Amino acid sequence: MKPVYLRPKSLTDTVTHYCPGCTHGIAHRLVAEVIDELDIQGRTIGVASVGCSVFAYNYFDVDFQQAAHGRAPAVATGIKRVHPDKVVFTYQGDGDLASIGAAEIVHAAARRENITVIFLNNAIYGMTGGQMAPTTLPGQITTTSPFGREHKTQGYPLRMSELLSAIEGAYYIARCSLHNASHIARAKRAIKQAFRNQIEGKGFSMVELLSTCPTNWRLTPVKALEWVEKHMIPVYPLGEFRVGEGE
Amino acid sequence: MSEPILMKGNEAIAEAAIRAGCKYFFGYPITPQNEIPEYMSRKLPEAGGVFIQAESEVSSINMVYGAAGAGARVMTSSSSPGISLMMEGISYIAGAELPCVIVNISRGGPGLGGIQPSQADYFQATKGGGHGDYKLIVYGPSSVQEACDLMIKAFHVADKYRNPVMILGDGMIGQMMEPVVFRDEPGDAAIPEKPWATTGNEGRQSNLITSIYLDPEVLDAHNWNLYRKYKAIEENEVMYESYHEDDSEWFLVAYGTVARICISVMEKMRKEGFKVGLIRPITLWPFPKVAFDEVAGRAKAFLCVEMSTGQMVEDVRLAVGGKAPVHFYGRTGGAVPLHSNIEKRMRDVIAGRTPVVTDYLDTTTKEVEGDETSVPAS
Amino acid sequence: MNHRIILAGFGGQGVMLIGTLLTYAGMREGKHVSWLPSYGPEMRGGTANCAVCISDRPIASPVVTEPTAVIAMNLPSYQKFSKILVTGGSLIINSNLVNSENIRGDIKAYPIPANDEAVSLGSERVANMVCLGGLLGVEDIVSIETAIQALPEVIQDRYHHLLDLNSKALRRGYEMVRQMT
Ligand SMILES: Cc1ncc(C[n+]2csc(CCOP(=O)(O)OP(=O)(O)O)c2C)c(N)n1
Ligand code: SF4
Ligand SMILES: [Mg+2]
Repeated sequence: MKPVYLRPKSLTDTVTHYCPGCTHGIAHRLVAEVIDELDIQGRTIGVASVGCSVFAYNYFDVDFQQAAHGRAPAVATGIKRVHPDKVVFTYQGDGDLASIGAAEIVHAAARRENITVIFLNNAIYGMTGGQMAPTTLPGQITTTSPFGREHKTQGYPLRMSELLSAIEGAYYIARCSLHNASHIARAKRAIKQAFRNQIEGKGFSMVELLSTCPTNWRLTPVKALEWVEKHMIPVYPLGEFRVGEGE
Repeated sequence: MSEPILMKGNEAIAEAAIRAGCKYFFGYPITPQNEIPEYMSRKLPEAGGVFIQAESEVSSINMVYGAAGAGARVMTSSSSPGISLMMEGISYIAGAELPCVIVNISRGGPGLGGIQPSQADYFQATKGGGHGDYKLIVYGPSSVQEACDLMIKAFHVADKYRNPVMILGDGMIGQMMEPVVFRDEPGDAAIPEKPWATTGNEGRQSNLITSIYLDPEVLDAHNWNLYRKYKAIEENEVMYESYHEDDSEWFLVAYGTVARICISVMEKMRKEGFKVGLIRPITLWPFPKVAFDEVAGRAKAFLCVEMSTGQMVEDVRLAVGGKAPVHFYGRTGGAVPLHSNIEKRMRDVIAGRTPVVTDYLDTTTKEVEGDETSVPAS
Repeated sequence: MNHRIILAGFGGQGVMLIGTLLTYAGMREGKHVSWLPSYGPEMRGGTANCAVCISDRPIASPVVTEPTAVIAMNLPSYQKFSKILVTGGSLIINSNLVNSENIRGDIKAYPIPANDEAVSLGSERVANMVCLGGLLGVEDIVSIETAIQALPEVIQDRYHHLLDLNSKALRRGYEMVRQMT
């Protein structure tokens, strides 16, 4: 019998701690498939951020460093400068990348640091129990925006892909979504591109992935996927924002 | 006095702050203190105040700096890794002599560590943490009620000395529910005039909030002024509780939630005829040296118990000044010292079975522990 | 008296709520009380639990490592906490979700079909109350009347039409366990 679906080699045989219906697991799988397909498992080094994906190192079978909250791009910079021939990626949530780590990501892009950034945007702080993130949608109820995010006092969603694509140093910036099969396939292509760029020495590449948090959104897994399509995509349009400009 | 109500420590701390007239809260989510910002986001606007979730703890503490300099009653809260990020700001606040309150519902470190109760931030809180010659006033509450009472006191003491004050609790204080009674508070009415604040110079000379003094003579004078202030705080603000200090020969020393466990060990051993007493520092800085002076002649040994590998024990040694042996027992990372193990260690001390060591690594006491306590980090 | 109780189950089963109710009832009876929840990522997917202490003396530590009573509303909680129950302690088991063979011989165990009983009363949601009622039937912690009186303090206003259902469930559990003793 020929198997049609196997665990990628770069994933360990471990039950994840993610909640039912959380798309962190899909993102892990896509990254692992790309690592397998590009045959770079032995020379890939991951940087885990602080968020629900803090234990990513348990699930990927590659070397890993765990970074302080928001600092993954700086840690990755250190690794990459020591091992320019290795493939270095960060895996960061929206609180990690867009809030506390906003400075690190901007400057990694500005330096055209030759790393790959996987950015999971679920419009909330998942790990800490559902507080507002910079990416939280207008009116969205969270534990620290109990009356709905109100722009006069709590501001507007931060669109990181658009923001970073304004930086000359950024080489490749794309936003994809994980809410259905065709979009997942598209996300995989973007992730592959982002890794390929690094291998070819092109420089800073980031893929933003619109992701679910059914637990803290207080939605069923199916409703959460619908919520991504209905509410997140209008605020976070999909597409490639910067594709290989400059040398 | 109102009826006791059941409240989670974190929420009670937030409520106490609002009752003390705190109108500004700047913070960032982190376990196990999230209920403080969450409560503030619901209740502070209602009370006519402002809640902001900052983009980081670095930002939170600098918002506190700005608001304190502008004359407001202001606070922030976090847990260990976030407090580490605040250290620069705290040093600036101390240097600029601004009043504010910082709550640390601490967890296990170093680094990302764990999220369970810990007392491993004692050094950071009491010995600096940030750079320069400065002192934080540090309170270590042992119950939800005491956390509320100290929270209210903290704002007054901060204003009185124009100095940052820290409430150093642990995950247990933050997460547990206990009955609390809120006394009627004067709230805003008790906030003193702050003629030094930046409010706009209409009708007066300009005010400046700063910590830069490039002239060595001026900075030297500034530091000695701070020193005089810290001396006054040491004289006036020390708080502690002693138990059976009049007749005891063997003393347990502990603060925060660990002190509660030690109190029950003390009670049990006294019933069995052991002359065991206890010293519970409430202000961790200024450290209650006087409590040790009071028992100096009689005490045969001290046993300091902490959720760390030995931090406050250094202050205990300094306070005891070599007049009696100081022993230590500690657990870390969220493991809470068990009643039975503390008692065993105390019995060993009394029987002279425990050599006085400065190597605290415990190879003698075998732990029987539920897996209750070991949980991954966030 | 010094009761040290662990109440455990799946996230949605309402174990935190019955823990809070018990704590309130203890406070109303003038006892020293504390309530400590499990917190953080351990809640994700698995079991939630809280530790309640009710005593004549001040509570030394809210952490319960050797419970005098346990309510186990699901299998993982049963497996985890039945082991650390003190000899002679009481164990209330939700027998709808826990296959309770091979129970330790040195404890008092009361398997009750809490889910079935709750459904027969009108809603599966009150299975937690059936279990708490059961505990109050065997352990002299607080009176069932005090627990019923404390219900409005822990149940949100918008669910107050369910107060009656909740008190019925408490009584049902109480009586079931009484008949077993
Ligand atoms: C300095 C510091 N501040 C705060 C925290 C607490 N913390 C842990 S995870 C997290 C947010 C995670 O949110 P996000 O990055 O969006 O990831 P998600 O869990 O949603 O995937 C925070 C604030 C921390 N660990 N360190
Ligand atoms: S809390 Fe949200 S982001 Fe975290 S694992 Fe659960 S669903 Fe995923
Ligand atoms: Mg997130």
